[in-house]
Amino acid sequence: MYNEKIMERFKNPKHMGEIRNADAIGEVGNVRCGDIMKIYIKVKENTIADIKYKTYGCVAAIASSDFLCQLAKGKTLDEAVKITGKDVVKEMGGQVPAIKVHCSILAQDALKKAIENYRKKK
Amino acid sequence: MGLNKMKTIYFDNGATTKVDDKVIKEMHRFHSEQYGNASSIHHMGEKALKALEKSRKAIASSIKAKPNEIIFTSGGTESNNFALKGIAFASKGGKNHIITTKIEHDCVLNTCKWLEKQGFKITYLDVDKQGFVTPEMLDKAITGNTLLVSIIHGNNEIGTIQDLPALYRICKKHGAIFHTDACQSYTKTPLTSEMADMITLNAHKIHGPKGVGALYIKTGIKLVPLIHGGSHEKGLRAGTENIPAIAGFAAAVELAMHKKHVDYMENLRDYFIKEALKIPGTKLNGPTGKKRLCNNINISFRSIEGESITFSLDQAGICCSTGSACSSKSLEPSHVIMALVDDPERSHGSVRITISRFTKKQEVDFALKELKKAVKKLREISPLTPRGGKHVQ
Repeated sequence: MYNEKIMERFKNPKHMGEIRNADAIGEVGNVRCGDIMKIYIKVKENTIADIKYKTYGCVAAIASSDFLCQLAKGKTLDEAVKITGKDVVKEMGGQVPAIKVHCSILAQDALKKAIENYRKKK
Repeated sequence: MGLNKMKTIYFDNGATTKVDDKVIKEMHRFHSEQYGNASSIHHMGEKALKALEKSRKAIASSIKAKPNEIIFTSGGTESNNFALKGIAFASKGGKNHIITTKIEHDCVLNTCKWLEKQGFKITYLDVDKQGFVTPEMLDKAITGNTLLVSIIHGNNEIGTIQDLPALYRICKKHGAIFHTDACQSYTKTPLTSEMADMITLNAHKIHGPKGVGALYIKTGIKLVPLIHGGSHEKGLRAGTENIPAIAGFAAAVELAMHKKHVDYMENLRDYFIKEALKIPGTKLNGPTGKKRLCNNINISFRSIEGESITFSLDQAGICCSTGSACSSKSLEPSHVIMALVDDPERSHGSVRITISRFTKKQEVDFALKELKKAVKKLREISPLTPRGGKHVQ
């Protein structure tokens, strides 16, 4: 069902966790649809200095969150806010089952929300 | 470690089973030596016909039915379609109300939805928290216009075994035909032709081949065939009989019909459930004891999702499923667990483990160890896990 890149990352996630004093958090999804993503960001000089996540959901949801963090880390807020679900899928080896594409979009939305929350706070 | 180096532990026997070697041997004979067509008049045809009728007799006797009440089909899905559509179309212009439940297999649910489009009125009965339809619930829904009642005997996801005699009594009282889908329960709990008017049976859940099943139809009940053609199966199911599969089916039934297998599976099942429920934040879905299928374990884990548990176990070589195999590629929470209780977290977090008479205790112990590891890891990833990671029962 999933490619090796996704399964390997699911087995060994690299960005999983919580940032205790995060500058902003973006949370999307709900229990009814079976996915919740919570993205924590730490911002320094308009750049994402650190990013972590906590995710409730399927393999694709967990892997999408992890690859999203990989993409966003080190990027400026303006760059990071432009990351799309398609970019996440590309990072995951370019292929996910059709019904799991929404997980990558959820990851995109969670990051957007975190950045939005950060900008609102400022 | 790659998947090819791992030992496979197959805990998805509710989806399908390994074919017993003795069954394969029997089937092989009818593929390579006695391969005649049962409709042919020469000696090869005669041998095939004999094998067909011997198999029919074996399956009939397993449920105390008469051989001429057994019609062979391509499997459970066809038998269920045939039972429902066959009765519905035989009643054209007459009664048009059908009662089923919210916890049926998709092949009954979707047949009912299709019949609804053809003008039939369908009632989908609720179930109680353990998945039982009570006689009172059925009695309330049934009317003089009720043509057919179709209720799954042993539920494929949560293992609930319905009280068929009690439900059948209500049907008889109101003149409705009673059908049950016994694909999961056949050979695993008492089942006889006195418990329903029509019974769906199949082979591949009991270490027989895929692509063969049967419908028991009580004498006097008239169905319209789904498949037209030659006069096979009393004109009710056309197509050259699949003798190798049918002979394999009969062999599988004979091998499965032993109380010792049921006792063995029950013991392992209860051990698994007892140990798995020691993990905090877990709930058993479905009943316990004799009212649960002897091979079914279905547990929900708080804060995590069934698919990721299933894949974590798969990486350790363990095959199991989330909800039913047919719906595991859809995003909807299991319709069966949602029918028990409106709790999407419980439904998404459910894992089904179905053992067989070949399951070893060491396999169960290994799976329990891996299950604990997977749950711990996924709960570390989940934002729903309470702080400190402590789940209460």
